[in-house]
Amino acid sequence: MKTRRDFIKISAIGLGATAVAAGAAKAVLGSSLFGNDSDNETDTLRRVPTYCEVCFWKCAGWAHVTEDGNIKKITGNDDDPQCNGKLCPRGTGGVGMFSDPDRLKTPLIRVTKDGKQTYREASWDEALGFISTKMDDLKAKYGPESMALFFHGSSGNHFSHLMKAYGTANLAAPSFAQCRGPRDVGFEATFGESVSSPEVTDIRDTKCLVLIGSHIGENMHNGQVQEMSEAIDKGAVIITVDPRLSTAASKSKFWLPIKPSTDIALLLAWIHVLINDELYNKEYVSAYAEGFEELKAHVKNFTPEWAYGITTLKPALIRSTAREMANAAPSVIIHPGRHAAWYGDDVQRTRAIAILNALLGSWGNRGGIFFKEGIKIPEFPHPEYPKPAWSWKELLDGKYPLANEAVTNSVIEASFPSNGKEARIKGWIISGTNLVASVPLKEELTKAMQSLELLVVVDTMPMEITGFADVVLPECTYLERYDDIRATSHREPTLCLRMPAVEPKHQTKPAWWIAKQLGERLGLGAYFNYKEYSEVLDWQLKQVGSSLEELQRIGVKKSSRKTSPYIEPGADHQFKTASGKIQLFSHEMAEAGFDPMPVFTQHPEPQEGFYRLIYGRAPMHTFSRTANNPNLVALMPENSVWINPQVARIWGIKKDQYVWLKNQDGAVSNFAVKVRLTERIRWDSIYIVHGFGHHHKPLHLAYGRGVNDTELITNVMLDPIMGGTGMRGNFVTFLTEDPRKEAEA
Amino acid sequence: MRYAMAIDTKKCVGCSDCVVACQTENNVPIGFCRDWVTETVDGTYPNVSIELRSERCNHCDNSPCVRCCPTGASHFEDGGIVLVTHNKCIGCGACIESCPYEARYSHPDGYVDKCTFCIHRVRKGENPACVSVCPTSCMYFGDLDDPNSEIVNVLKNRKFKALAPEAGTKPNIFYLT
Repeated sequence: MKTRRDFIKISAIGLGATAVAAGAAKAVLGSSLFGNDSDNETDTLRRVPTYCEVCFWKCAGWAHVTEDGNIKKITGNDDDPQCNGKLCPRGTGGVGMFSDPDRLKTPLIRVTKDGKQTYREASWDEALGFISTKMDDLKAKYGPESMALFFHGSSGNHFSHLMKAYGTANLAAPSFAQCRGPRDVGFEATFGESVSSPEVTDIRDTKCLVLIGSHIGENMHNGQVQEMSEAIDKGAVIITVDPRLSTAASKSKFWLPIKPSTDIALLLAWIHVLINDELYNKEYVSAYAEGFEELKAHVKNFTPEWAYGITTLKPALIRSTAREMANAAPSVIIHPGRHAAWYGDDVQRTRAIAILNALLGSWGNRGGIFFKEGIKIPEFPHPEYPKPAWSWKELLDGKYPLANEAVTNSVIEASFPSNGKEARIKGWIISGTNLVASVPLKEELTKAMQSLELLVVVDTMPMEITGFADVVLPECTYLERYDDIRATSHREPTLCLRMPAVEPKHQTKPAWWIAKQLGERLGLGAYFNYKEYSEVLDWQLKQVGSSLEELQRIGVKKSSRKTSPYIEPGADHQFKTASGKIQLFSHEMAEAGFDPMPVFTQHPEPQEGFYRLIYGRAPMHTFSRTANNPNLVALMPENSVWINPQVARIWGIKKDQYVWLKNQDGAVSNFAVKVRLTERIRWDSIYIVHGFGHHHKPLHLAYGRGVNDTELITNVMLDPIMGGTGMRGNFVTFLTEDPRKEAEA
Repeated sequence: MRYAMAIDTKKCVGCSDCVVACQTENNVPIGFCRDWVTETVDGTYPNVSIELRSERCNHCDNSPCVRCCPTGASHFEDGGIVLVTHNKCIGCGACIESCPYEARYSHPDGYVDKCTFCIHRVRKGENPACVSVCPTSCMYFGDLDDPNSEIVNVLKNRKFKALAPEAGTKPNIFYLT
């Protein structure tokens, strides 16, 4: 079938052919004692401050540049509390993002040639002109609100500014509805604020760390991993709830191998034990919380014996772990987690986690959850943004009343006509997110991408999403550009600089430049009143008592706190809720028509021969974005499917065999995946690391390696409270023969 | 002076930062490595445990690789660091066969390569690259002859083991258990 927007493989038009020297250049030719060791070379390296963009932790570091303008290595900045001088494997391997021969190199414009859609190389002037003409046209026809931005990472800031100046508020980050949104809303409903990023968990000083499916160490959130290690050194008790023996579980005093999807039952039983056995922090609860009596009545029957039948966890284990938490309180953290979009009742689950923290008095106490402090960087002067006539909120149609950020799924659904209604969104800019791997709504995405009148993708790599664009803009990597100051609110306020370590490779450009160029073409030059972004940064830094020159020298500037990170003894602390008190019973939820206190709901279970699909992270990769990074591919080239040996015996599946996965709706993985037989996974579940199974051939290293879990997530359990896309209600079975071959035969 | 490394298996998360840091620090070609991470799993679900270990050349006191090297390319440096002089190495591979830790590989340029304990950094008073980046700080590098060193301190206070003790190589990498 001919579609308006055929998927175009960028390699098919010969753009991947630029020759790049293989491997690392031998920099030392002299007669050093050991041949190629780098003792001579390190002395001549130039050190340039940056902060990492391989994940959202954004650790500050130094790019070490050789005399011939190559980046030899990247190391952490000792002054950055987010990394303490130590980057994670992805940060250390960030050099691979710069050196990757498959990078996007030049702007591309979709054209039809001999009846076939393809891309042709374009100049920046032409590509930007194409986009701005189309955006002017959309504004005239449908209003500026018809444009939407999807974003992740630092580049998003520049495009957000552009879109606000243009007149739209439809700025959607998959990190909300697909990831941390349920957690943030659950904590806001309880404590009046979220736990932020990086999380304000005082892990380094905790006496008890409880992880609910959060696999610190596999999710390489650097500062958190470092602090967990420190806590282990100091003898903290770690309790991990996970159907899989995660790395963190293997370091834990207690591992609770829970039946998946039953976490709320365990959390309610813990709350029951704390209240029933009077183990909760009475002083704290009476001083800072409200709704205790309602909560007490609510959990009366949620005994560990009740939870046993649901979770498969022994009542004695539930009681003893509750006691461990109480013994450590208030230096205890029931970790809020991060990726929380699991089963569609995720706000309620994170509410239960928040309530546990409240009962133990952790928020505001050392070793619990601290109050953050940061320095606010003022906006560079610009005219006021125009007020949009409508925003993403109106796309919700009364659904998701507690959503406080744009819900990607709703923006996507508003981008194609349905039920006789015209699409309200007509154009997209996508920056730094491979939507087809990050949003599990393939059908809706496909419809939207066929209906849009403009689709622009800005990226450093030819990710799958680039194949759907009308215009592809090649962005330079974080090592080649200025970005906004990283102004972090955490234990201590920090300011960090990212500046170009080297000139951008190929025809690539920084996001700030792309946004400014588009802005000027759209008649919005007043919003971009500078020549170079360094002027913006210098002005901003001078407002807060620093300067660009200073940060170019030191990379990171820490300031001392003005407020206490903890509640002062006897102080009358007001939380940021409407009443100033922690909401054990949530009036806000009740008014919106939801359970004011969490309840357990039974979720569907796998049919015979099917296993629950659990997905997670590996420490050497970030989502799907690092799957082609040569340095990181060397560490982990593909994912594998974890299968319990007993299950494999039933199927006759052998170690290292390749199998295809098929889900409950008949969706089959694009590629086969290697079998990992391991006792670390339950019999009723399988596990794969997210981010593999790329099907875009221009990603030469990533193509065809492993499977993409997103393709197997066709059952999406929407959270009615804020629109989160619960993704853990999918079940897969194994195919030992290539299903596509059978179909051909 | 006797250089050694102690690695805490209770803290290592197996992230492989040590591997990629070594790669960039020492220009190890992609596809090869001087250090690597192993995982061993014990027991059956749910009574399972795992051990993660960052492994590399053990810089053995009784090094079979040094003994079997026909050209003297494999040799001891100060502090017992075992090195290969690349331009003396003929790439015969005898040392690769002799090593019970499989710590050596044939470099595409024709010589045998392996961990140097980052001697170029150690001589400047820095830690090896792998130790310096480790996010969990699970690796300790130092001098066993210095009673005040951190490594002597952790080995005094913790249980530890070495790999392949049956090979009699007297290795200098210790795993805290």
